[in-house]
Amino acid sequence: MSKPKIALYWCAACGGCDEAVVDLAEGVLGVLDAVDIAFWPVAMDFKKGDVAALPDQALLATLLNGAIRTSEQEEMARLLRRKSRYLVAYGACACQGGVPGLANQFSREHLLRFVYDEAPTLGGVAKVRPRLESRDEGHSLELPRLYNAVHALDEVVEVDYYLPGCPPTPKLTQAALQALLTGNLPPRGAVLAPDIALCDECPRKATKPQDLSFAQFKRPHETLIDPEKCLLAQGLVCCGPATRGGCEAQCISGNMPCTGCFGPTSRVRDQGAKLLSSLCANVAGKDEPGINRTLDGIPDPVGTFYRYALPASILRRSECSAATPEIPPP
Amino acid sequence: MHDANWEPRVVAFFCNWCTYTAADLAGVSRLKYAPNVRIVRLMCSGRVDPQFILAALEGGADGVLIGGCHPGDCHYAEGNMKTLRRFQMLKRVLAGFGLEEPRVRLEWISAAEGEKVRCVINEMVEQLRPLGPLAWRGRFAGEEETAAHAAPAPEPEAAHV
Amino acid sequence: MKTNGTNGDIRIGFYICHCGHNIEGIVDCAAVARDIAKLPGVAVSRDYKYMCSEPGQELIQGDISEHALNRVVVASCSPLLHEHTFRDAVEAGGLNRYFFQMVNIREHDSWVHTDRTAATAKAIALARAAVRRVRFHRPLETVRVPIHPDVLVVGGGITGIHAALTLANGGKKVFLVEREPSIGGHMAKFDKTFPTLDCAACILTPKMSAVRAHKNIKLWTNSEIVKVEGYVGNYTVTVKRKPRYVNEELCVGCQECIAACVFKEPKFPDEFNVGLGRRKPIYIPFPQAVPQVVLIDRERCLHFKTGKCKKTCVEACADRHAIDFTQKEELVQVKVGNIIVATGFKLFDAKRIPQYGYGRYPNVVTSIELERLVTSSGPTGGEVLLRDGTPPKSVAFILCVGSRDFKTNRWCSRTCCMHSMKLAQLVREHTDAEVTVFYLDIRAPGKGCEEFYDKSLKDGIRFVRGRVAEVTDWALREEEEGRLVIRAEDTLAGVVRRIPVDMIVLAVGMEPQADAQDVRRLFNMSCGTEGWFLEKHPKLAPVSTFTDGVFIAGCCQGPKDIPDSIAQAGAAAAEAMALIDRGYIEQEPNTAYIDEADCSGCKSCIPLCPYTAIAFDDATGKATINATLCKGCGTCVAACPSGSIRQHLFEDEEIFSEIEGVLTDA
Repeated sequence: MSKPKIALYWCAACGGCDEAVVDLAEGVLGVLDAVDIAFWPVAMDFKKGDVAALPDQALLATLLNGAIRTSEQEEMARLLRRKSRYLVAYGACACQGGVPGLANQFSREHLLRFVYDEAPTLGGVAKVRPRLESRDEGHSLELPRLYNAVHALDEVVEVDYYLPGCPPTPKLTQAALQALLTGNLPPRGAVLAPDIALCDECPRKATKPQDLSFAQFKRPHETLIDPEKCLLAQGLVCCGPATRGGCEAQCISGNMPCTGCFGPTSRVRDQGAKLLSSLCANVAGKDEPGINRTLDGIPDPVGTFYRYALPASILRRSECSAATPEIPPP
Repeated sequence: MHDANWEPRVVAFFCNWCTYTAADLAGVSRLKYAPNVRIVRLMCSGRVDPQFILAALEGGADGVLIGGCHPGDCHYAEGNMKTLRRFQMLKRVLAGFGLEEPRVRLEWISAAEGEKVRCVINEMVEQLRPLGPLAWRGRFAGEEETAAHAAPAPEPEAAHV
Repeated sequence: MKTNGTNGDIRIGFYICHCGHNIEGIVDCAAVARDIAKLPGVAVSRDYKYMCSEPGQELIQGDISEHALNRVVVASCSPLLHEHTFRDAVEAGGLNRYFFQMVNIREHDSWVHTDRTAATAKAIALARAAVRRVRFHRPLETVRVPIHPDVLVVGGGITGIHAALTLANGGKKVFLVEREPSIGGHMAKFDKTFPTLDCAACILTPKMSAVRAHKNIKLWTNSEIVKVEGYVGNYTVTVKRKPRYVNEELCVGCQECIAACVFKEPKFPDEFNVGLGRRKPIYIPFPQAVPQVVLIDRERCLHFKTGKCKKTCVEACADRHAIDFTQKEELVQVKVGNIIVATGFKLFDAKRIPQYGYGRYPNVVTSIELERLVTSSGPTGGEVLLRDGTPPKSVAFILCVGSRDFKTNRWCSRTCCMHSMKLAQLVREHTDAEVTVFYLDIRAPGKGCEEFYDKSLKDGIRFVRGRVAEVTDWALREEEEGRLVIRAEDTLAGVVRRIPVDMIVLAVGMEPQADAQDVRRLFNMSCGTEGWFLEKHPKLAPVSTFTDGVFIAGCCQGPKDIPDSIAQAGAAAAEAMALIDRGYIEQEPNTAYIDEADCSGCKSCIPLCPYTAIAFDDATGKATINATLCKGCGTCVAACPSGSIRQHLFEDEEIFSEIEGVLTDA
């Protein structure tokens, strides 16, 4: 009786989610015993062709991490969707766009210009842009198309389950794999993490006052962080109240505020908007100048409120990320 | 660009006690103003979740108007103060998304200020006209087919030659 | 048959009202009905002439039965007007009253737009929004909050007095709080009232005594409201009782202390006589004051200022020991269910129109000052005299001082024409002076008032139509020497006149009290743009405010004369009595609620509630909401960062669906 097959793939990603699977440590062996990994480019040599050759739905599940920003990533996502019974959006990037999603604040041209033309590290090198097609010694080379925006996985294909986190914790990963293997799964579309905000499990919850109001916001490097006290109470922007729990508050235990990687609860459509709403409602100022002075303590609002979830937010991307009309080459 | 018949569409969130009542007063007084606004009634401007404003903008509105009681006069003591604080930050976020400032507006209108409802609506509609439709969904529709990854576009012609 | 709409399909009945010509004249109602009929879930879509009428309501009720409707949407006037009517109709038809949504296409559409196409498109968008929203409505129960039976009346002028007496006679317990040391208000200063020329004191003082004597009225003068807490039907009011330095229980009003005062002659300006008379530091506001209790002005009293006084007043009160220099301000709390605010008005400060010379020329007086001169108990014993003690040979009245004026107050103060003509007649009674009234328009609308105007004309009072430009003492001709000259355009004759007179009376207008903004915030009331307290509806609810159980009456709501003030006082008392006798106030069930499973205990919501309706339960580590304290503003709902607080009647899904609906293209 053959073991169930799973695949793991990475799109616009940092590699951390693959690390997380490796971080199952002894648990990884349990996984390896129970399944056949049919495709995992970071660790194994199987090719795209091997996946394409499989019958549809031959894979029990694909854990796909990373956001979708290129035509190749979209193509692979569609392929793996066809070949899998369950497609799991693994990690914040697949679930909501993740940190790469912040590129949605800029146009593609802006990004290319910075990276290939203007970056300080280029130091006078001739400006060369990647080309979709080129020829070298008689061979034709192709690069994937870079899209105008970063997309979460479910903008491109149907997703069955979401495992949030940057990366998801070993515990949650283990539990998800267990569920997939035993078939003991919640309804399709569920997020495989508790549907309650992080404060519920935060070790510092008791130290948060009931009448907290913000006269000032501080960033972690601007203050000596008390390791016992609620971080919001210390004036730091902690996204815990607006973020799903299930991560065992590891960042808080590391004396840093939550930055929101598990995304919002199921009752919220736009994590950044809700975080903004609750933080600002409790700002102490009563007139515009006073309020704005306090808000100046958050110099990058989009980056702070939408660190992991910009592509999944209501507006998704900045207006300037829209495609500019193509200027045909001379 | 956009249809010559395009008219700005504004979604307004009005608080029951002051702004909605003022809009009623404008009606009772038969004041006339631009028909571009659609009012959603809430009990207090404090109920205006930033998600509503974003949903309206994403959903096709060209502008969003939030109406509340003057500071100090909120029927529920300080709901409007929370609105003011949220709005100051939301303005910064929306600027980060590239939305022009006149598109989202917070206005304090008391129950007796029917005339102000008329003025604010007319003014806002006129400010939105030159900005054109927001058409948020339309901006990004179907672009992946045309997202060519070509050589860098040539520099635009220098205007001064 | 009560359907609860939780099983089976959503079946919506949509009704658009023509409202006669009011809506149909601009909005194509049939087109709206046709559009809505095509929407999913709409079982019935009709247009009808008058939805709020009996047949209109019966139409809804019939359809609920016949078409098994479980949701109803009516597009007509403002919900502030008829939401209650339609909810009642829906309930009578067997459906939970909250399965109803109303669309405002009159006040917000047909009455404010002129283009039929645009107005119809807007009506369609708004209707679509409501049809989407109503799907998410759930059955709710109206909450009944019991009302405390006692009533607070703020302000002891004629309005407050009448309201208090009406309520007290009806068996209700009333707290009447008045800022001044005596009740009576402005009316106590009047000599006679128009148009009957009744003696004001004769009609007022019996009512004042009745207040004092009534077992159901607790009268607190020299007192102010400082805080109002609690909620509709159950207010806890904090009253500040300012010290008189005389014990109210012990003083019998014999006034021997006043006679005995070390100040032999009264020398301080007398507030009741608007500065024209003099009083001592220990005084009684006026002879008929209620309560008949003296008080000490600590700013003027020698004992308070220097500590060295023989205190002859204390000696004079040896057998009653009523004088108490140690008396302190006291804060008292009372619980009431209804509040009637009758705080009255103040008069326009004539110094704001410097060209009329008030404050510069001693013989330019205000109407209230003249009122004190003609009163027999006034500072001149009823003699109308110039400052030098001689009677005037000619008196002029300037009307609309601080009224109907773009530069000061734009409104008409309603009473000054009649008030001035009354004073004009009294001046003619008391002197041989020639009287001229300078007016813009004569407004004499009440019963007997036009006749009073006629009589004034027939009695030889002269009327010159034209706004007075200035009052000057620069004589240009011999007959003007030593007199005041009025320069005014006589618009009917078409000439500019210079008329020399001896005395000028300025008919100063009414204004809201100086602290009206602070007072109305205490009671959570709104003000109009002019500063008068705002009634719930100018036609249908002139004495109610937007807060149930808080009423306004008299001039604080807008300028009016005594009969209208008394009418409003009675109206407010009746409204309050109706609530008390019913025993409860109905609360909209639009409260916020928390599902315990959802709440993470982040405590973001707790500081946001002005009613302390949200509490943190240490045992569960979660927030809880007390539905009786929650007023339904929704601030916490918008703030909850995990979406764990929801609001009945204003659920996120309901509002999102409305937003979607208004943006569907027509």
